Amino acid sequence: MSFDLSISPGSASPIFKQIVDQVRLALAAGRLSEGDPLPSVRAMAEKLLVNPNTVAKAYTELAGDGTIETQPGRGVFVGRRRQVYTKAERLRRLKPHVDALVTEGLLLGFSLEELIESVTVKAAELRPKKERVP
Amino acid sequence: MSDVVIETHALTRYFGRHCALDGVSLRVPRGSVFALLGRNGSGKSTLIQILLNLLTPTRGTSSVFGEDSRRLSPATLARVGYAPENHPLPASLKVSDVHAFQRSYYRTWDDALFATVLDHFGLSPAQKIGHLSRGQRAGLAMALVMAPRPELLVMDDPSLGLDPVARRTLLEAMLLTTRQRGTTVFFTSHLLDDVERAADHIAILDRSVLRVSCTMETLRSCVKRFALSVAPDAAAPLLVLPGLLQSRREGPTLLLTIANADEDVLRQLRTASAGQLEEVPLTLEDSVVGYLGDTKHQVSLFDRTRPSAEVA
Repeated sequence: MSFDLSISPGSASPIFKQIVDQVRLALAAGRLSEGDPLPSVRAMAEKLLVNPNTVAKAYTELAGDGTIETQPGRGVFVGRRRQVYTKAERLRRLKPHVDALVTEGLLLGFSLEELIESVTVKAAELRPKKERVP
Repeated sequence: MSDVVIETHALTRYFGRHCALDGVSLRVPRGSVFALLGRNGSGKSTLIQILLNLLTPTRGTSSVFGEDSRRLSPATLARVGYAPENHPLPASLKVSDVHAFQRSYYRTWDDALFATVLDHFGLSPAQKIGHLSRGQRAGLAMALVMAPRPELLVMDDPSLGLDPVARRTLLEAMLLTTRQRGTTVFFTSHLLDDVERAADHIAILDRSVLRVSCTMETLRSCVKRFALSVAPDAAAPLLVLPGLLQSRREGPTLLLTIANADEDVLRQLRTASAGQLEEVPLTLEDSVVGYLGDTKHQVSLFDRTRPSAEVA
């Protein structure tokens, strides 16, 4: 498991949010997958040198949508990928990112085709590579 | 057992005609790492000294573990560890001397923990206190305050003047105390990066008045900054908005830092800026500075000095 977090205080993003975002990114990039263990709240707090309540808050948020699961007595694990949000809710959450991408992209003078191409490239980068056949 | 470790009610202290603390009402929950912030001279140390009965209040009350600060019993004081500002320690003594002296006062004293913290700061018992660096003195103060395993640690600016390595070591020591369930840390600091790492509760004193007392999360989510393009002559109505902490003009842009902006406030902002309203990401430092004295309506020093510099 090549998963390492690094947080930086003094950023506009609160520390708990940085943890949430980095776990989600690691999952999207295939650096974390279902069933992988995560450090306990205490261990993660000492590793990152932050207040345990901050990590607990991040874990609560990640557990809320099933990204991670706490198994009593065993620890914290990456959960099974399941969609807890309705399609409409997922679209609502996606919209600001699409808006930003399209606005910024067009302002920078890219064509629609070029934007789609860049999305395709990024998705290919993030896709888990472990299924590759030798 | 009560869930509030420190409680003050309308606490006020005058030094002569100078008001050092003005009606401060504060509650520190058990198990929190509570950072008390404010500029130099805002009343932080005065508050701490009143809590521990090192000063008497002019008015108001304070209690620690439910006991009035002015009548703290030895049993209650034994549950409190206090590290005063600047780590005053006798320069002529050795580390082992203060160790022996201090441990004789406590019923509980964890020698192993004391030794570990000393070692962590690169200290040895034979060293003379007068020869220690600032960081080492901070480390010794920390070891002395942690070893009795107090339920409440009160630390007045423990990281003052420390280099980055000593700061980090101190932060580790502070977070180590939270391993013991229910231990409360109440500290003052100017190092907001460390506060952001360590603290889960924040209070802000501005010129002897308590402006904020809430969780870190609440502070981060309730204080927001907006950027608007408004001509200087049209900005006046915005400068009296409820919750406005700070306004700052940067060229054609007006930056407003606002606490608890509700729909009504947002509507006024949108109207003033002809629909265009941008929320600017805010760091902890930005939010805290918004509450601190004399920053309400600002022109940056650079903007202020530019004209004369151009003339010269």
